[in-house]
Amino acid sequence: MRGSMIEMADQIFVTLKHWLVELFPPAFQPLVSAALSVAAILSLFGGLFAVVTVFERKGLARIQNRLGPNRVGIPFTNIRLFGFGQPVADGIKALIKEDLVPRAADKVVHFLAPLAMFVPITLTFAVIPFGRNMTVLDLDAGLLYFFAVGTGAELAVFMAGWSSRNKYSLLGAMRGLAQMISYEVPLILSALTVVMIVGSLYPVDIVNAQAGYIGWIPKWHVLTPWGFAGCVLFLIAAAAESNRSPFDLPEGESEIVAGYFLEYSGFKFAIFFMAEYFGMFAAGGMAATLFFGGYNAPAPWLEWIPSWAWFIAKTMTWIFILIWVRGTVPRLRQDQLMNFAWKFMLPMALSNMVTAAVWHFMLPLPAATRWIACSLLVAGPYVLLGRGLMGDKKIARRTYRFAQ
Amino acid sequence: MNLSFALISIVTIAAATAAMSLRNLVHCALALTVTFAGLAAAYLQLDAQFVGLVQVLVYIGGVAILVVVAILLTRGGEAAQGSVFSASGIVGAGVTAAVLGVLVWAINHSAVMQPDMPPEPHVTVKQIGETLMNQFVLPLEVTGLLLTAALIGAVLIAMREPAGKIADRQSPIANPESQISNLKSQIPGPP
Repeated sequence: MRGSMIEMADQIFVTLKHWLVELFPPAFQPLVSAALSVAAILSLFGGLFAVVTVFERKGLARIQNRLGPNRVGIPFTNIRLFGFGQPVADGIKALIKEDLVPRAADKVVHFLAPLAMFVPITLTFAVIPFGRNMTVLDLDAGLLYFFAVGTGAELAVFMAGWSSRNKYSLLGAMRGLAQMISYEVPLILSALTVVMIVGSLYPVDIVNAQAGYIGWIPKWHVLTPWGFAGCVLFLIAAAAESNRSPFDLPEGESEIVAGYFLEYSGFKFAIFFMAEYFGMFAAGGMAATLFFGGYNAPAPWLEWIPSWAWFIAKTMTWIFILIWVRGTVPRLRQDQLMNFAWKFMLPMALSNMVTAAVWHFMLPLPAATRWIACSLLVAGPYVLLGRGLMGDKKIARRTYRFAQ
Repeated sequence: MNLSFALISIVTIAAATAAMSLRNLVHCALALTVTFAGLAAAYLQLDAQFVGLVQVLVYIGGVAILVVVAILLTRGGEAAQGSVFSASGIVGAGVTAAVLGVLVWAINHSAVMQPDMPPEPHVTVKQIGETLMNQFVLPLEVTGLLLTAALIGAVLIAMREPAGKIADRQSPIANPESQISNLKSQIPGPP
């Protein structure tokens, strides 16, 4: 009895969708099924976007010793909802704001850029397994699809920056392009280690390969030496891909005002903003799928919680880390950003692929040998690269001359 | 021929025409990107999932960005003043006719036009991977080695920084004490 209840809670959305689809005549069923999936994704992540903006503002405020938004509630009453009415107010503001287009701007490209940004990022959600039997598009090469479609957003950054006819916009676009191309390489290379071990590009296969436990410890990829290194590399590169702090140089409000979306106002700006958050959700979902066991529970006695809840929890953990990092770490300088991508992330990702191969071929050997060899293969390049990049720079304790 | 194929073809050909005839180079590059996307859609429609997705990854994610950056770096982003069409139309027509002739000849002699064409195979990405790893492993390894060497070479070129440049960059903060005393000497003190 208890088992079937758990099963029902796990599959509730799948059952609901089947029931809804069967209300329609057979000719319309594929169309209705697709439309329902799209509607579910858009409403779920749209809603999460609204909630996360408040959490981000409140979290940053806490880190900076402020209160954050706490006023907007239900109008004409004294109910404040702890400020969680803020996204509604922001949405209304974005809708009724004047849509300014610079006179010298390239009108068509300027109009298309937010769409070219939003559509590819939203399309990436199609292959992410949100729960058991909850993948919208069952693609054999799902991982390839994820990275291929995601690249569409890079051109949108250029379109926005170039069409605005503003030097700050163009500078922001160039920064964005350079950054996104540079971090794409380690992003894909670090994801490739998982493909090497699992032997499949199908996300559901990758999740199923991480099911099960050794004792109480789940068989997640992040709990192996190559998986840990790959996961850290993937998360750093994903943060850079979605232009999040400390990699938010394309926005750089202190020197280039707001970067490529400087000349956007009203709802077009809101779409850029939403695309950035959707990119974060997609990256978090893909990181959960690749390294954190996807929709699998972290311990055997937590299996009763539905699979989709675990997926959302893992994605939200990534969002929490991003907000935390944004409140903690200062923005990088452009040359530091590029050096980090090409001189540290890329060699680490390449050597990590070797580690994954070694791990794969040492599977018949005892676990202790494998662990020691692969940990050395991760730690060695890390130390060597760190020392090498340090060069003859002397790092000493920072002394403050003016601010005591 | 079905509706989706017709739509994809119309968009692809229209975008290709636009890429040739628009005045602004950036517009041409963007139209070319639409052509790439149309080609990828055509591959996907023919059930060639792997080729279609790689087309998007390489051409839209790589080549289109490269084209755009090249245009920006060479200051070619300004619109052309005169006509964008070449004056030597006869030569162009000759080249076009020659290319068309070669293509028609090639298609006529290819397996597609044979009467006993085998039924279309259902190829998965796994099968492509296995073929690459077994039958074509040597070309794959050579290509991989070449690309990795190119990647590492690019990083090595970027790594080499002339010694003087580093010294220049560090000089302002090399001796903060003397800078501060310099600054202090410039500030007029109380009489």
